[in-house]
Amino acid sequence: MLARALPACLSIAAALALWEAYVRLSGISPLVLPAPSRVAQQIAANRSLLWQNLLPTLRATLLGFAVSIATAFILSVVLDFAPRLRRALFPVFVVSQTLPLVAIAPLMVLWFGFDLTPKILLVALVTFFPMLVALVDGYASTEGEIEALLRSMGATRAGVFRRARLPSALPFFFAGLRISVTYAVVAAIFAEYAGARAGIGIVILNAKNSFRPDLMLAAVAVSSALTLLLFGLVVALQRAALGWQHAGTAR
Amino acid sequence: MSGLRIEDLSLSLDGVPVLDRLSLSVRSGEFVSILGPSGCGKSTLLRLLIGEIAPDRGLIEHPDAKSGAFAFMPQRDALLPWRRIIDNVTLGLEIEGLPRREARAKAAPMMVEFGLEGFERHLPAQLSGGMRQRAALLRTVIQGRPVQLLDEPFGALDALTRSRIQLWFEQRWQAAGWTTLLVTHDVREAVALSDRIYVLSPRPARVIAEFAVTAPRPRLGRPLPEAAQAIEQQILDTIFATSGD
Repeated sequence: MLARALPACLSIAAALALWEAYVRLSGISPLVLPAPSRVAQQIAANRSLLWQNLLPTLRATLLGFAVSIATAFILSVVLDFAPRLRRALFPVFVVSQTLPLVAIAPLMVLWFGFDLTPKILLVALVTFFPMLVALVDGYASTEGEIEALLRSMGATRAGVFRRARLPSALPFFFAGLRISVTYAVVAAIFAEYAGARAGIGIVILNAKNSFRPDLMLAAVAVSSALTLLLFGLVVALQRAALGWQHAGTAR
Repeated sequence: MSGLRIEDLSLSLDGVPVLDRLSLSVRSGEFVSILGPSGCGKSTLLRLLIGEIAPDRGLIEHPDAKSGAFAFMPQRDALLPWRRIIDNVTLGLEIEGLPRREARAKAAPMMVEFGLEGFERHLPAQLSGGMRQRAALLRTVIQGRPVQLLDEPFGALDALTRSRIQLWFEQRWQAAGWTTLLVTHDVREAVALSDRIYVLSPRPARVIAEFAVTAPRPRLGRPLPEAAQAIEQQILDTIFATSGD
């Protein structure tokens, strides 16, 4: 595990080192481009501020993601059982993905206020589509012979769904989940940026308004770390749920 | 009586005629094979029998007219890759509503018989092709349905494994008295295993010849008796005469 992470750690360390060297050698003002060491100092100096603002962002991300997964799953089941509805609704979902966030985020704040609701909705809006597509494609990937076999055994439509279509869709679902989770934190921060009382988005907004790129980048580093953490959780969950996928290689 | 009769069955799929007035019958306890060139509609016939598709015309007659008379084994083993072997084997029982403990109790002695004991907790991908095929066969026969429909069940196996499983299936068939309809494109396999053989034409499929094999069993794992060899030759001649290539 550590050995596999080594190349990634080395490349990140190299990038940071180059950045640090450039800032020091060029003498560029820290008000334009602060060095990574300065960003790290800012993280340490502002740790209670960042931590207090990380919690609302984390809450919005997780709640929004939960709403998103539930919505995607319920919709996918409905669409799977009603193919006509699928033709009617799918274009609507595609359109929902074409809306520019810059416009939607402030509108959400206008409609739902400065509380948690607009953040949850925005995170859900951004993340549900990859999961819905993954689930719908996953159901369709079910082997026809397996379905014929189950029906020959007397399984109902719901029985076939539960025993064959749903498990067949799981690998697809996790692929969608991995994509979605990387959008989730960014969407929450964007929603905060459009209007909130606290959150990493607010830290970024305030830092921008007071010309503090070092603090902005500190907030960015924290939000990236949060995304990576969530991504890691999804991968761990996938390993646990899809152990059967790797069974063949362990023979 | 749990035989099976098909009369004048016709079917077109997407405007292409697949079956053309196909008629055949299988008596109770009889082993019948259907031979034909690949793509002639053999598998389609099985899909008709299990009710996956409806014929345009014709009659399918079996005593247990509702679904539930047929145990179906698809072409590839179609084991569910996320289920352990024991849960794959008891799939049909589970769908019938048998409690898991009873289903497993019923499967346990058969797992031994099918050479699968000790592999209950394995996933299909961890088994060899021969074992997977045996698991798929066990999943088919454990349902206790009077008619077994087998779609090229031995096709994907290497020659040695195939001989072993054929031999073994014949013994099981003789002991249990299943009515069996085997779809295959292997002439030797059909002659070695069957009581009767129907030869189908290229698409649209109809019966062009019917052979009864009366040579004594077992015919597997040894040179075919002369009478059976003659039939094998006749079948090959019939197929080559009609396939045109």
